[in-house]
Amino acid sequence: MTTVALKPATMAQALGRALRDAMAADPTVHVMGEDVGTLGGVFRVTDGLAKEFGDDRCTDTPLAEAGILGAAVGMAMYGLRPVVEMQFDAFAYPAFEQLLSHVAKMRNRTRGAMPLPITIRVPYGGGIGGVEHHSDSSEAYYMATPGLHVVMPATVSDAYGLLREAIASDDPVVFLEPKRLYWSKDSWNPDEPSAVEPIGRAVVRRQGRSATLITYGPSVPVCLEAAEAARAEGWDLEVVDLRSLVPFDDETVAASVRRTGRAVVVHESSGFGGPGGEIAARVTERCFHHLEAPVLRVAGFDIPYPPPMLERHHLPGVDRILDAVGRLQWEAQS
Amino acid sequence: MTVMEQRGAYRPTPPPAWQPRTDPAPLLPDALPHRVLGTDAAAKVDPALLRRLHTELVRGRRYNVQATALTKQGRLAVYPSSTGQEACEVAAALVLEERDWLFPSYRDTLAAVARGLDPVQALTLLRGDWHTGYDPHEHRIAPLCTPLATQLPHAVGLAHAARLKGDDVVALALVGDGGTSEGDFHEALNFAAVWQAPVVFLVQNNGFAISVPLAKQTAAPSLAHKAVGYGMPGRLVDGNDAVAVHQVLSEAVAHARAGGGPTLVEAITYRIDAHTNADDATRYRGDSEVETWRAHDPVALVERELTERGLLDEAALQAVRDDAEKMAADLRERMNQDPVLDPMDLFAHVYARPTTQLLEQESQLRAELDAEADGTPGAGPHGPEGAGR
Repeated sequence: MTTVALKPATMAQALGRALRDAMAADPTVHVMGEDVGTLGGVFRVTDGLAKEFGDDRCTDTPLAEAGILGAAVGMAMYGLRPVVEMQFDAFAYPAFEQLLSHVAKMRNRTRGAMPLPITIRVPYGGGIGGVEHHSDSSEAYYMATPGLHVVMPATVSDAYGLLREAIASDDPVVFLEPKRLYWSKDSWNPDEPSAVEPIGRAVVRRQGRSATLITYGPSVPVCLEAAEAARAEGWDLEVVDLRSLVPFDDETVAASVRRTGRAVVVHESSGFGGPGGEIAARVTERCFHHLEAPVLRVAGFDIPYPPPMLERHHLPGVDRILDAVGRLQWEAQS
Repeated sequence: MTVMEQRGAYRPTPPPAWQPRTDPAPLLPDALPHRVLGTDAAAKVDPALLRRLHTELVRGRRYNVQATALTKQGRLAVYPSSTGQEACEVAAALVLEERDWLFPSYRDTLAAVARGLDPVQALTLLRGDWHTGYDPHEHRIAPLCTPLATQLPHAVGLAHAARLKGDDVVALALVGDGGTSEGDFHEALNFAAVWQAPVVFLVQNNGFAISVPLAKQTAAPSLAHKAVGYGMPGRLVDGNDAVAVHQVLSEAVAHARAGGGPTLVEAITYRIDAHTNADDATRYRGDSEVETWRAHDPVALVERELTERGLLDEAALQAVRDDAEKMAADLRERMNQDPVLDPMDLFAHVYARPTTQLLEQESQLRAELDAEADGTPGAGPHGPEGAGR
């Protein structure tokens, strides 16, 4: 790979580029949502799209999330490929009935006659100092709904590739964009975006032998940082970035845990009823005889998302991750 | 000295950004529901339209009676009858062109049938062998929608998409009086008006949302008045007068097709039967109320007009009734056959690209079915696989 052409881009820029390229490649792709047109979105992800493609392709809608998603359902029924933006995680809740009762079920209800290729972009998660209702991790609700795909990028390059894949997918995709990674930069050439694998494949971000950190979205950089810090303790941690909760890549996860024999699941979402419980169960079912310790979870507390001045106590950080790694029954090692 | 004089040169003005908006007067519904039958205008109604409406109404009534009977025979899990509302159901179907789309609720199987859908396919949801019994694209009928009013934004989106594509397509969405209290009703009407989408909303105000009467549902002057708040015209029509409903809907569809935007139509009708066969209407309304509405029956109203104008003799009436009987007999016979079920369908259409988890579960069910077929329970998924480890 040449490094000459590479230049730093933010995740927000990569997402915007993915939308632009998808719209240019396919005239049925329509972007719609609150403030996505003239303003370019509150996170500027849709910046320039209305200007380039016109208001009919990038539409400022009335402020009503059920109406936005419901209208997108009708547009998809007529052969369009809507990409809707829910402005913030907690503002997506009014659209739940449309999502659960129609978006997730329409293909099945009609025996495949009426697929709904809708991408629902949701800026999600905490760590940006947002006031109440701006920092929720809502993935557990989505992953519990059959019929949806649930995708979360953690890198600039994945943001582009996974969003292109999501828009191209004939299945509805809830695309969770980690807000605090919007401004993360990576060396990535926007003019030569690398092709990515289909949705549903996890990736090993860091190889290690002592234990596996299973994570996704905003917690991936935190886990990588924890893995670096763990070297001082003599632990060589592997980090698996799931990239999607649905489909779930059992194979990559189980292969990693079989190698390391220990696993910690890390996510911002609350632990009780959160993705970590499902992941721990799946790992245990597949790797029981390889496990040296129970699968542990480092998750957000089971509390409503805290006010910004207290959020650092809630979010899984390096210390809490290392503390969990320390509890993986190393004393039993002989 | 007056207050204004004390203020000197200062003169209050309207808020700077304020502009006069749409004049509400032309959007307001008439004071009384539009009627044709029983008025002087009835004499001018095209005999062909009267005959067509009559034939469909008689078939529609027979269909309702037959479907209700099928619940008693255990052939339908449930049937929400539209008896008494046939004028709305039939007119909604007849005003649409083939390229237009109908968005029915669960009570609107008759509208789908009147549009040409096979009644067996229309009743699939209510029989319970699948959720939708037809390809929506084939007849341009959206799946029967159970969560109230949630199909309305779909109609708006579809109409909007058609307009963006330059297609001459109108969407007609059906909803009940109870559904107008839902948030999706509000959001759909607002989107439709802002986008000037070619969509018509028909509210069948049948008096009850299961047991709750309209007075507990809204304090609006009428449901049609709600249109004004969105900036679209509201129309009020006698929902049991098939000609009047046909007229009002035709005008609304033409208005939408011509680029005039959406219309909200409130049809005043009455649900003669209980909410469904599982409901007991005597707990919330009296027989005398039902009887006053029976005297305003949609089938009888058209029949009387045809007879009085000498457009329907005994033989012609019998022919219409025979035709309806034939439809009912055919429906009965076909519904009395057990549907063919394939449990593997449960997995077939969840995703375009099924997840590995679903593929695993599909294999599990297949193994269970194979074991069931072999008559050897325990040999399949409960077998001793891995027991020796």
